[in-house]
Amino acid sequence: MGKIEWAMWANEQSLAAGLIYATGGIVGVAGQFRGWQFAAFGIAAGVFVCLLEYPRSKRRKGTSVERTGQYCFTVCVKAFGPLTRNYYVRAFLHAALCVPGGFMLATVLGCVCLGIASLIYLSAAIHGEHWEPILPRTEQPKSVGNSIKEPPQNPPPRPPPELRRKKVDKLETAVYDNPMSVTINE
Amino acid sequence: MGNFAANEGLSIFVIVSYEMKLSPVSMVNFHSFSLSPSQHALSWARAPAACLNFNCMLILLPVCRNLLSFLRGSIQYCSRTAARQLDRNLTFHKLVAYMIALHTAIHIIAHLFNFERFMDSQLMINSSYLPYVLSQIGNNDNRSYLNPIRTNETVMMFTTIAGLTGVVITLALILIITSSMEVIRRSYFEVFWFTHHLFIVFFIGLVLHGVGRIVRGQTIESVKVHKPDECHSRFEDWGKNGTDCPEPVFAGNPPMTWKWVVGPMILYVCERLVRFYRSQQKVVITKVVMHPSKTLELQMKKKGFKMEVGQYVFIKCPSISQLEWHPFTLTSAPEEDHLSVHIRIVGDWTQALYTACGGDKTVVQDAWTLPKVAVDGPFGTASEDVFRYEVVMLVGAGIGVTPFASVLKSVWYKHVQENKNVFTKKIYFYWLCPETQAFEWFADLLQSLERQMMEKDMSDFLSYNIYLTRWKDAEAAHFRVQYEAEDDPITGLKQKTRYGKPNWDNEFSAIATQHPGSKVGVFLCGPTALATALGKQCISHTESGTEFIFNKENF
Repeated sequence: MGKIEWAMWANEQSLAAGLIYATGGIVGVAGQFRGWQFAAFGIAAGVFVCLLEYPRSKRRKGTSVERTGQYCFTVCVKAFGPLTRNYYVRAFLHAALCVPGGFMLATVLGCVCLGIASLIYLSAAIHGEHWEPILPRTEQPKSVGNSIKEPPQNPPPRPPPELRRKKVDKLETAVYDNPMSVTINE
Repeated sequence: MGNFAANEGLSIFVIVSYEMKLSPVSMVNFHSFSLSPSQHALSWARAPAACLNFNCMLILLPVCRNLLSFLRGSIQYCSRTAARQLDRNLTFHKLVAYMIALHTAIHIIAHLFNFERFMDSQLMINSSYLPYVLSQIGNNDNRSYLNPIRTNETVMMFTTIAGLTGVVITLALILIITSSMEVIRRSYFEVFWFTHHLFIVFFIGLVLHGVGRIVRGQTIESVKVHKPDECHSRFEDWGKNGTDCPEPVFAGNPPMTWKWVVGPMILYVCERLVRFYRSQQKVVITKVVMHPSKTLELQMKKKGFKMEVGQYVFIKCPSISQLEWHPFTLTSAPEEDHLSVHIRIVGDWTQALYTACGGDKTVVQDAWTLPKVAVDGPFGTASEDVFRYEVVMLVGAGIGVTPFASVLKSVWYKHVQENKNVFTKKIYFYWLCPETQAFEWFADLLQSLERQMMEKDMSDFLSYNIYLTRWKDAEAAHFRVQYEAEDDPITGLKQKTRYGKPNWDNEFSAIATQHPGSKVGVFLCGPTALATALGKQCISHTESGTEFIFNKENF
């Protein structure tokens, strides 16, 4: 199926699962259903999963597209080091978080979706992927060196030969006036 | 405002009429269902269910490519604007998908409340509570009951057909949606394509969802003798001697969804059969050319293949993958005897195609060593309309220039060789490109066009502008001093390559003043940012007389 980074799909799935888990929880608590305590846990777990999954990982190949405003989340998630970097930990965490949702009808859907996300993360971990933060590239400050104060001693470097070489019939419009005669086998 | 209407009017009309259809459907259903006059959870579930029937009917239609091509061909004799709406089929498909997701969410939440109320009704053992009494009906003979929740609700969900199919199709829907996100679709098309086939599970589950007849209503005979409006407050007297409210009789409502979706499902099955049939027809690769900048050109012949300018085909190579079809724009003109595509090598399928066609070998390949391919198409896009405008602006960014290669070749054949009277009088062509090597295969085409036009004394028919958007500093110095030369240093063409991005305001104003009172077609094949910019320019430069009509093509 091609070189897919499973983590990217797992990320989308777990973000969706977190939202569904939280919504089911809100319905359960607002409607004062039986077992609303599981629903309350569902809200907490759903929100936590959303916060954890919001920052996208940097891709191994190709350009990574950030989600809007994910920089502060990236910094928080990065602070946990290997806990968030490793996808085995994430798979296990999602599996553990989803279990209480199975006890109540309102959160069952969130539970199953999070379980599927956990499985995809497991697949990602087995394929050796890990989470990389997307950080803005720091610009190299162009330092103005001391050499700018002295005039150059040598003439400017010439462009590479491919660009210098002109067709024979166009010598009149040749780019450079060469001080030495130009021979064909240059 | 008028120019906005010209550009966007028909799409807005389609969307508004679609939304208006949804509201009566939901209102009608809202009032029919209620366990007691004050509890509306079931109504809240039935209304989106009705909308879901409507949406699921619509979702299959925009992806029947062959049907749309056929419709497009028939409609454009009546109205070019209506045909343009069919170009937005994928946008409509996504809109309907979002609606399905929204209505599913409402439906599920409503059912959650519904189940909770039904459970309450069973448990509140109090014969002066209407819902309890209604729930007790049919407890003895299990035939005419009303409240379907006889036992624990979570168990109910997994043991009834409606519950089980509901869970399965919701899961299928969620997986389809998460794998259709733009990020996944653009990077790993195979995951998106294979997961999307879960729609088969979705539709089967949807049709079976109502088969259990779990939603129950009073039978018609019972309504004649037991009128709900009069009897609902006298429930303690039902069935007793002397009242005119006998016990109400309930039965399950028959499933309705299949009536909505069976038509589109049949159309879609036909569509897949047509695609399969077309793919079985023999296609022979006649020539393989390897261009710089990792572009592979394939020239093929297929019996009975007819195309228009700017159309695209789907190509499958069974030796690489049995299931994958990939879209490519045709770069050959209809007047040529072969069909050609220029394929950029970016992913594993294209890389495997390159190897299979012997791209990495230097020796000439025999024809029988080339892989077998299947071609499905051609399918029409906006570029077909190019020759219907008097003045045309073609804008291609990078590899987006490929449909216009077909257009320009066709122009060459029509004007120069066959000398037909074409409606199009002037073409403005803009090509934005990041690197110089990408010019090579297209520059040859432009050079021969230029030569032919000079011979026929028509050099002002086509005006092209090539913009180089990225360059190295070493080359820049060279370009500056070459400014005076007659031919362009990069392309060898008479018209100079420009650097940077074009100033669209100036370009549009210049064209508007040059051609007052005509309809100018603007065709773009490129990134969304450019599409937004050009769309805005079209709207702002359409003044009295000159009208800019924007057409975007995308994959």
